[in-house]
Amino acid sequence: MKVKVLMGNTAVAEAVRMADVDVVSAYPITPQTIIVERIADMVERGELKARYVRVESEHSALAVVYGASASGARVFTATSSHGLLYMYEMLWWVANSRLPIVMAVVTRAIGPPWNIHSDHQDALTVRDAGWIIGFASSVEEAFDMTLQAYRVGEDRRVLLPVMVSLDGFTLSHTSEPVRLPEESEVREWLPPREPLPFKLEPGSYFSVGNLGPDEVTMELRWYVWRAMERAKHVIREVSVDYARRFDRSTHSLVEEFKTGDARYLVVLAGAWSGDAMEAADMLRDEGYPVGVARLRYIRPFPAEELRELATSVRAVLVIDRAVSMGHMGVIAGDLVATTRGKVVVKNIIAGLGGVDMGPEDFKSIIKGFVEEYESGALDSWFYTEWYMPWVRGR
Amino acid sequence: MSIPWLASRRTRGVLPGNPACSGCPHNIGLKVLGRVVGDRAILVVPAGCTSIIAGYWPREGLEFPLLHVPFASAAAVASGVRAALDVGGRDDAIVVVWSGDGGAADIGFATLSGAATRNEDILVIVSDNEAYMNTGVQASGTTMWKALTTTSPVLGKTEERKDIALLTLMHKVPYVATASIGYPSDLAEKIRRASEIKGFKLIHLHSPCPPGWRFDSDKTVLVAKLAVETGAWILWEYDRGNFKISPPSTPYRDKSRRKPLTEYIKLQGRLAHLTEEDIREIERRIDENWNLILRLEEYYASHVKA
Repeated sequence: MKVKVLMGNTAVAEAVRMADVDVVSAYPITPQTIIVERIADMVERGELKARYVRVESEHSALAVVYGASASGARVFTATSSHGLLYMYEMLWWVANSRLPIVMAVVTRAIGPPWNIHSDHQDALTVRDAGWIIGFASSVEEAFDMTLQAYRVGEDRRVLLPVMVSLDGFTLSHTSEPVRLPEESEVREWLPPREPLPFKLEPGSYFSVGNLGPDEVTMELRWYVWRAMERAKHVIREVSVDYARRFDRSTHSLVEEFKTGDARYLVVLAGAWSGDAMEAADMLRDEGYPVGVARLRYIRPFPAEELRELATSVRAVLVIDRAVSMGHMGVIAGDLVATTRGKVVVKNIIAGLGGVDMGPEDFKSIIKGFVEEYESGALDSWFYTEWYMPWVRGR
Repeated sequence: MSIPWLASRRTRGVLPGNPACSGCPHNIGLKVLGRVVGDRAILVVPAGCTSIIAGYWPREGLEFPLLHVPFASAAAVASGVRAALDVGGRDDAIVVVWSGDGGAADIGFATLSGAATRNEDILVIVSDNEAYMNTGVQASGTTMWKALTTTSPVLGKTEERKDIALLTLMHKVPYVATASIGYPSDLAEKIRRASEIKGFKLIHLHSPCPPGWRFDSDKTVLVAKLAVETGAWILWEYDRGNFKISPPSTPYRDKSRRKPLTEYIKLQGRLAHLTEEDIREIERRIDENWNLILRLEEYYASHVKA
């Protein structure tokens, strides 16, 4: 195993190369661009024996890998923000067809106004389609998660597409050391794809996606539902297996940070989780019993893990980088549903449009939350607050 | 069909009792397609009439390996299928997009253009019934000027039709042709030739639709033939530098040999409201189109490699 300094984007490209992908198609969009440029370079230099299809839109990018995956190939695409939204109908087509496509989503705000910086609105807006959605929090994890995505998605118990999300710029354009496994070991760990659930070939007279009784549509969605349930176990299994094989620490659906004796729990996902953990560390020194649960996967939602963690503390703080307008933060909504009112939950919306959030910000948010709880100001109702310190008297 | 090499082929393409309307032109085209390349084709079908014709699960209306895909995605999905087949070494396979006019000329045009630009090794057949028939006869980019549709119900369509074959030709692809379901042997020859060429191929297939154009369902072929015989639809073929008017249309280079346009028009309820002036204007547009096609033929003839 050698250590190489890579950006998030190049780390993902490196994982795609090691996964020995057959067909890649993509349309450039900042901040995803470097992934697809790097892969194009690998293909043209012969470092990756794959077909690279330069399409005219993201809709077509996902359509190309859809066709290739339906014909048995292992495929990859990547996008961001508006590109992901432009793919929207194809996302559903892919999920219901049960094709294990892997896509990197370099998260970025949705306009207007134009904004290329990261929040999680793009990735979380498509959460209902039937894709497994992971969130990396380091460059190395973006690499690991991409490789794991193929193992998880292609597993016969799952057969679902997988989205690997990494924060625009904070991960995509930031260089960090990555412990790279040997290529031969990866090939062994990730053998070529079995062409499941079907393979389109001349002479095999069957069709995919025919009109049919309404019950068939509902049943197919139920199959996706069940596959998603099974995916939880498969993700846990694959994470442990990968960690053992490639010498990583084992986190499956949730990474826990100082949760053992915590009385207050902070829940969030993505690159900024590191800052939140740093803040929790500082608060620990000041005597605040704070722990952090970082969601590695948003779909399937780690309900079991979170229920257990949340019900063993006094109160939970969810810090969201995406909002469901008219309701609450996206992760908060899921968490509240999971804990069923058994625990006090506070929700903070922060960092939209890439607004910078450092350890000090997290510290002040978490401290305020604990003090609020201890003064009795938080009751069992939960509410949502927007963290915008630059706005006076909000 | 009276072509010996076709008669001996066993692949059917169309299965009996499929859900197409009576007199449906797509069934004719799909039958020819099945006969010619059914044993080595994969069909990619965007939303449209053929989404229905392909059969109600668990039954099948067509004898092809078939992938149903979203409206605007067909040529891209086909590119992906092609890429996977190439990686898997399946050079024998031919990937066919069977699309309507909407899927090719309108909502899927950017996708088609992208695939043509990449010179993807796929065959796109645009079975053009000149409106969005499956959703109930709404005007499309290829609906002819003045035709009544449910979104141009009183005055008729106000815009000129879009020429998807010429637009594709300008992408500098190796093969583009027009065809008609009224001339199945011409269509069969074109599919056969196209299937032997590597690169992007498009056949723009004229497919008169009985319920959409409001004519009797036993007159599909008659109407299709009249379109050619009146000069309203021109059959031509571009094959790697050679541009030629196809045999069924050859006599009508000479305007005096064309049947009167009214013979074509009077059969169609969608054109029943036309005034004499409208018909003269349509005639003028047909002449203009012939001029363009004849000039193109001349142009390519003078540029053929020696």
